[in-house]
Amino acid sequence: MPDPEVIQDLYRSMLRIRGVEQRISDIYWDDKIKSPVHLSIGQEAVAAGVCQTLEPKDVVFGTYRGHHVYLAKGGDMNAMVAELYGKVTGCARGKGGSMHLIDLEHGVSGTSAVVGTTIANAVGAAYASKLKKMGIVIVVFFGDGAVDEGVYHESLNFAALKNLPIVFICENNGYAVHSPILSRRNSDNICEHARVYGVTAERIEGNDVIAINERVGKAVAAIRSGESGPHLLEIMTYRWMEHVGPGEDFNLGYRTPDERAPWTDSDQIDGLRGQIADDVVTRIDAEVLAEIDAAFEFAENSPFPEPEELYAHVYG
Amino acid sequence: MSTDNTDTNQRILTYPEAVREATLQEMERDDGVIVMGIGVDDPKAIYGTTAGLQERFGEDRVFDTPLSEDGMTGMAIGAAQMGLRPIHVHIRMDFVLLAMNQLINVAAKNLYTFGGAAPVPIVVRSYIGRSWGQGPQHSQALHSMFMHVPGLRVVAPSNPYDAKGALIASIRDNNPVMFVEHRLLSDSTSHVPEEPYALPFGKARVQQQGSDITIIGISYMAVEAYRAAQYLKEVGVSAEVIDPVSLSPLDLETILASVAKTGRLLVVDNGWLTCGASAEILASVAENVESPVSLKRMGFAPVTCPTTPGLEQGFYPNAQTIAVMANQMVQGKSADWVPDEIGATEATEFRGPF
Ligand SMILES: Cc1ncc(C[n+]2csc(CCOP(=O)(O)OP(=O)(O)O)c2C)c(N)n1
Ligand SMILES: [Mg+2]
Repeated sequence: MPDPEVIQDLYRSMLRIRGVEQRISDIYWDDKIKSPVHLSIGQEAVAAGVCQTLEPKDVVFGTYRGHHVYLAKGGDMNAMVAELYGKVTGCARGKGGSMHLIDLEHGVSGTSAVVGTTIANAVGAAYASKLKKMGIVIVVFFGDGAVDEGVYHESLNFAALKNLPIVFICENNGYAVHSPILSRRNSDNICEHARVYGVTAERIEGNDVIAINERVGKAVAAIRSGESGPHLLEIMTYRWMEHVGPGEDFNLGYRTPDERAPWTDSDQIDGLRGQIADDVVTRIDAEVLAEIDAAFEFAENSPFPEPEELYAHVYG
Repeated sequence: MSTDNTDTNQRILTYPEAVREATLQEMERDDGVIVMGIGVDDPKAIYGTTAGLQERFGEDRVFDTPLSEDGMTGMAIGAAQMGLRPIHVHIRMDFVLLAMNQLINVAAKNLYTFGGAAPVPIVVRSYIGRSWGQGPQHSQALHSMFMHVPGLRVVAPSNPYDAKGALIASIRDNNPVMFVEHRLLSDSTSHVPEEPYALPFGKARVQQQGSDITIIGISYMAVEAYRAAQYLKEVGVSAEVIDPVSLSPLDLETILASVAKTGRLLVVDNGWLTCGASAEILASVAENVESPVSLKRMGFAPVTCPTTPGLEQGFYPNAQTIAVMANQMVQGKSADWVPDEIGATEATEFRGPF
């Protein structure tokens, strides 16, 4: 059984993600957020469970579905919400939007809107970490769709070849947009593939935040101590909302509420809440709510970039 | 190429409906035509352009692919070699970048490399364009990069009529064709005859006749240029508006004839200027005109497309900025007229990326 403090950390981390994204979903129709959002509601356990095992100096790479990773790794909430609003106080000065979050100070590398892209970049970061003996572990998050791309395979091969300090986190939510995984590959064999390249691989079932935390923790420790090279964790999870946008999508007919039910029934936030003393839950809930209120207020009150910013940052 | 106005029914379709109809009719005509790509069988059906095709033609001829743009492009090339006519669809042109080796080193090259023995009849449909916070990696319009490469054809129709005719021509053509669609054109409508028809490559459309200045608008900028021409009437400037439709090959003849008449040319591209379609058109005109003409171009700001709306606004030309530039070319730089913005709502009303 994990330490009660870890449980509280995981609870707070997931609650922050859920709370921010729920707020995004609620206000989206006001049109203040003018960029597509890929919500991670339902997948919070992955980012929270993984990032809790990392040190501040470790670096994570993610995708357009990256709010959860950014927040769990310690990315600044104000700067993230402001980024979604397109404000100059955003983490990318409004230039990136929801799909392009970054917070280097807290080890969040810039996320990409093109599937598969950051997997190779993460491998490069791991190479640098090893070469310069930085002791930094790199973690890259990507979806089950990204494993279709050639760059994924090329990256795994190179990471294993060079025995790099990297953890590949495949967030398997069963779909790439609306295409189920078995319509895109011959069998359910992501881990098997990874092992063939020489990457230690295992699957974690049930979106279980405690299991994720423990098993990723072991992998990270083994990598950090130099005992082992790259690991891949295929984490089974489920996207509760539509692929992109603020709502649900059962009207499209590619999946049913029944399919989602077991995942909402085993909501990891509810699960952990039951393991924490009531007064602590009340305190954490209030703190998280206040933090979220403040972040949206910050974003609302921040200015947009000046027109001249259009021409800034083309070259450095 | 002119709209068939003798058809009294004036059958009106949207751009996606026209694309879908062209695909469907060609699939019926030739059972070697296949449609492939990420999401072609999706409930949202690539803005509706592939709706119902799988039900009609089966999963062997219309199929979702893995997220493997590079491999799937190579696969399409091999299938084409064996007699199929693949239409490979990408919901963003940005994703075509993953397939550049196959497109440029293979598709564009094979016919020539093998002395005419190995044609590659594939169509690559991809979406470009603005809309609502798409930002750096979901908005790029890279038609000019493809124009650079001999062996590729590039078409970018701006209305449903041309879309249908150009797509049919692309499918029937024996060369790889980059078929470029702009997202903001998805709600546009025009008369589209039901009968299949193919537009010839290398034939521009003169959208409006005029005498003071020629404005060329590429892809969605054809719409903005046409709007600008309506604004310009207010200040007595008569603009001839040309949509090249086909960028490679380019209808230089129509452009030169127009410029000979107006003596002024403004090219508005839906893309960056440097080494772009606008540069190519201006250079070709400059090389070929008999008497000096005044030349200008407009396009994306020379920066990455920002996501935040205020900066994004400054990134794109629009009817207003086009009209101001055209007016200054005609009346002199000191002309300070700025038209009131009317009508253009696609960019502001568009909701969401799909
Ligand atoms: C190279 C590339 N191809 C296609 C797309 C369009 N696209 C965006 S997200 C997505 C699905 C990705 O699925 P997955 O990797 O499982 O991640 P999830 O969205 O489920 O988190 C696709 C096809 C893209 N962004 N990049
Ligand atoms: Mg997925």
